[in-house]
Parts: sequence; C-alpha cells; structure tokens
Amino acid sequence: MRLAEAWRVASDALRANRMRSLLTMLGVIIGVASVVLLVAIGTGTKQKVEQQVEGLGSNLLLVVPGRLDVGAAPAVSPLTLQDVDAVGRVVGDPARVAVTVASGATVRAGTRQDFTTVQGVLETTPTVFARELARGRYLTRSDVDTGRRVAVLGDAVARALFPDRDAVGQQINVAGVRFRVIGVFVQLGQSLGVDRDDEVHIPVTAAQRLYGTQRVDAIAVKAPDRERIDELGARIVAELNGRHPGTEFSAVTQEQILGVLGDILGILTGVLAAIAGISLLVGGVGVSNIMLVSVRERTREIGLRKAVGARPRDIGVQFLLEAVLLTSVGGLTGMALGVGGALLVAAVSPIPAAVTWWSLALAFGVSAAVGIVFGVVPAQRAGRLDPVVALRAE
Amino acid sequence: MTAAIEAVEVSRTYQLDGVSVPALRGVSLTIAAGDYVALIGPSGSGKSTLMHLLGGLDRPTGGRLAIGGREVGALSAPELARLRNETIGFVFQAFHLLPRTSAVDNVALPLVYRGVGARQRRERAAAMLGRVGLGHRLGHRPNQLSGGEQQRVAIARALVTDPTVLLADEPTGNLDSATGAAVLELLERLNAESGVALVMVTHDAEVAVRARRRIAMRDGVVVSDSEAGS
Repeated sequence: MRLAEAWRVASDALRANRMRSLLTMLGVIIGVASVVLLVAIGTGTKQKVEQQVEGLGSNLLLVVPGRLDVGAAPAVSPLTLQDVDAVGRVVGDPARVAVTVASGATVRAGTRQDFTTVQGVLETTPTVFARELARGRYLTRSDVDTGRRVAVLGDAVARALFPDRDAVGQQINVAGVRFRVIGVFVQLGQSLGVDRDDEVHIPVTAAQRLYGTQRVDAIAVKAPDRERIDELGARIVAELNGRHPGTEFSAVTQEQILGVLGDILGILTGVLAAIAGISLLVGGVGVSNIMLVSVRERTREIGLRKAVGARPRDIGVQFLLEAVLLTSVGGLTGMALGVGGALLVAAVSPIPAAVTWWSLALAFGVSAAVGIVFGVVPAQRAGRLDPVVALRAE
Repeated sequence: MTAAIEAVEVSRTYQLDGVSVPALRGVSLTIAAGDYVALIGPSGSGKSTLMHLLGGLDRPTGGRLAIGGREVGALSAPELARLRNETIGFVFQAFHLLPRTSAVDNVALPLVYRGVGARQRRERAAAMLGRVGLGHRLGHRPNQLSGGEQQRVAIARALVTDPTVLLADEPTGNLDSATGAAVLELLERLNAESGVALVMVTHDAEVAVRARRRIAMRDGVVVSDSEAGS
C-alpha cells in the first residue's frame, strides 16, 4: 500500500473520532508545550546571565584569595595595596588594575538614609569595569593617594538620598564620616539578582581608614590581550603566592565564571525539561491506550482488509501512522502553544524566555518518536490479527 | 485445464485450551475455473472452515492445498495476502463494507493493496459498479444504500481484481427473498460472463439446487459431491 493512501486512511480514522482524537492529543500537546516553554525559560535565564557577566567589561581577570568554585567558602583576604602595586608591575600597566574593599554601611544625607555597599576603589575602576558617569567626575589618582573624603554614588543611592536635587556637590555621611559627592553613575539595573546601582565608591585609602584595615578584598585586572589572559592570570597568581606563602590565590576569567554558571543553569534546564518530559510520556501512554481501543473497534475492518489482500505490514503501517499522526499534530500544536507561552512570559513577566530551535526540534522529534514507540504495540497487534477471527468479531 | 483450487486430504485442527478440536478431517476436492459450486451442510459441519482455507485466509494443519497452483503451506503471510488479492474474491453474509467510505472507494479497496494508482482504481471500481447495476450510486456511502445494494457493492469489490474464484459465504443470508434472488442472479450472471468460479456456502436448499455442483459436508468430511442432474 502506498504511504499516501495510508496517510489518508489514518487521517480519516482520526477525523471519524474527533473528540477522542483531540483528548488523546491533549496529553501530547501539554507535554510538548511544557518542554518548549520550560526549556525556553531555562535558556533565556542562561543567556541573560551570560550577557550580564559579559557586561562587566571585556578581558576581565578577577584575582581573589582561595579558590573560586561552587560551594567554596569565601577566604579572608591577605591582599594589601602593596600587592596591588606588584600586580600592576606584572601586568605592566597599573591603570589596568582595580581593587575593592567593600562593606555594607549606612549612608546619610540630612534626614534621609540608605543602607548600601560602600566600596573602596582605585581611580582605575571605570577603565577596568567599563563604568560611565551620568554627572560629575570619578575619583582621581590624587583622591586615592591622599585618602580624600569624596564619593561617587550609584544611581539608586543618589535617588534615595537626593530625590529632588542633584547629588553632585552635596555632603553625605558614611558611617559617621563626612564625604562630598563628586559624581553619580549611569544606571545599570539588575545583574544576577543584585541591584548594581546600589553602591557608593570612595577612595580605597579612605575606605581602609574607615574600616580600620590595611587589606583589599579582591583585585580585578583588565588584560591587554585576550589570547594570553590565562598566562597573565598564572603569572599574577605566582607573584601573589610568592608574596604570601601558604595562601592560595585564584585568577578567574569571565569564561570560567560563565562556565560555572552555565553548568548550574544547564542542569536546571535539564531538570525542567525532564519534568516536562514525564508529562509527554504520560501523553504517549494515552496514545497507546487509544490505539489499542481503535484496533479493537476496527477488528472487522482489519479482517476485511486482510481478506482483500492487505499484508500484516500494510495494516501495521496504517495504525502506526495513525499514532504518529496523533502525536505529531499534537506535537505541532504543543510547539505553537509553547512558543506562544514563552513569548507571553518574556513579555509580561521578568522571567526571560528564549525559544531555541533545538528545543523545538527535540520536542517534535520526541513527540513523533512517542507516536512510534507507543503505536508499535497496537500496530503489531493489528497486523498479526488472524483474518478469520477478525472477520467474525462483533 | 488446471484447477483453480486443489485440496488433497486437507485437515484443520484447532487448539482450544489445549484440546485439539478437528474441524476438517481429510477433505479432497478440486474447484475448476468457471465452476458453480454450492457448499452445504449443517452448522459445525466444517463448511466455513473449508471456505476460509479455499480463500487462503487460513492454512491447513494437514494435507495439501494449492490455490492457483501455489502450495498454501509454503507461503509466508505476505505471500498469502498477495495470493488472496490476485486470485480470490470474497462476498460475506454481513457485506463488510467500510463505513464512511463511498461505494466506489469500497470497491477500489483491493486495488489499493495491489499498488494501483488512485485514478485508475476509481475508473476500474466505477466500471465494476456499472456491471453490478450501481453505476448511479458511486458516491453513496453504505448507510445510504439498501441491503441489496450493499451486497452488490461487496460483489463488485470481490470482482474488481478479476479473481479466478469468488467465495460467497451465505451471500443472501441477510437479504429478503426477492432481493436475495436478484443478488443470486447477479452472481450467476457474472459466473457465466466472466468465467470466475463461484463457490457459495448456503443453508438454503432453493439456492443450493441452482448450482451446477453441490458439495455436502458433515462432521468435517465431504459426504457427497455431485453434479446437477446426476
């Protein structure tokens, strides 16, 4: 029997039982739609995180004590400004080296106050992290060298403390010490769940005095050369290991951070897809069930077709196609719903969703495969029916 | 002339819950091309079993059975299906037409399994419906046709492949006597015109008496095989 004929017969049979076909398909539709939607959400989240990590600035190398790993405990930093100078010599350009010594602190202006992160930094920060100012100016070398009490506010802090006037030129009070606002950053928005506008930059020297420490928490380096970034990291780690025997240091690149985050989000996406896959499986069982019913109902038709010359294979193919048609039409509908759902989620909620071609191809492939897998048993049963017995069936 | 069907000491035993139930115990007969045979006997005599064997729907458990010169026991299921398609036409008491399918498509069904293209299928099916007097009912579905018309469609379907043997199992059993007589006349006319051998299972003595040859069965064996007038 020609395939086209088998398709026609299969689609006729499905049309003859519209309601039943629709309900059977519903299982597959829900399964495929949830696979597409959940994978889209997983992928969208991953893409957004990657964008944000890349948005930190290019060719970044973060130097931290201890090991940067999922689950590693944060280590107390032994790094000092002398180490920063040494790193600057290794890099060959001190302007490419930034530091931070950060602490939460309450910042006051008049009657208003805001609890925020106060970071002690070098004047190199805008270069290394590609930060831009909306108003005023950033810290200078002399601000840092003299520990001048000046501050640059993140957009959120500026709004909180000075909702009705320009912050630049105003006085603020950080942990009891007065600072003068010299600039305000351009708004950055959320990144990895952190409000990046909720921060205050002050000279690292002033911060160390404020916190009573000689330490810096971490060093960031903007590598001059992308190809040799790993080698540069190794040289910096070697230099620091020499200066602080017994302490481990790590120099991690954005790629490495992305790798760790990507692994986590990849697992998350996989788990979501697997959960959705279970519903697809349940849909497949429904298809199998309805096909068995269909074979039983049409036993006499099978007997007749065999009597007039249908081979077991012809009958099997006919029922298999019926199952595949059910699941692939269900699959296409589910794909459409999944894509629609993903677009809706992306449009009306903060959850990012990115539909990927591979998830569509996978969902459709799996639904067609479900049709084959769950259609084979009923189809074989139909194909093997004894024509004499089948013709006698009621 | 070679026999359309030749059976030598054919037996068929069913296994029912581990018990062997013999339905046929050594039947020998030959159906020649153009024959007109009535197969008679009480229910349980084995005539339906014999009919299924002669049509290649079943295989004997003993003896030798050749349809169109081909040994049935040696054929695989697909080969047997092909043999049925090419040499046998079936007409059933209950018509067995596909519902929701037009008369012309019902008649064309056997040609589907022969691999004939859609257009040619329809032409041949329409021509065959013309021969059984239903040229004006091509697009009608079974539920729009009377019982007699449905059986004519079934007869057209049996003959559309141009078989050598037409096996009819109580073809008039579900019809009133006038309609049944018309169907019987049609079968006889086709038998005379096209030379297709007609083997008819029947309870009806009036029907049986019209056949040129009568084979009577009882308890799985042939008890008489006589030509009309002899």
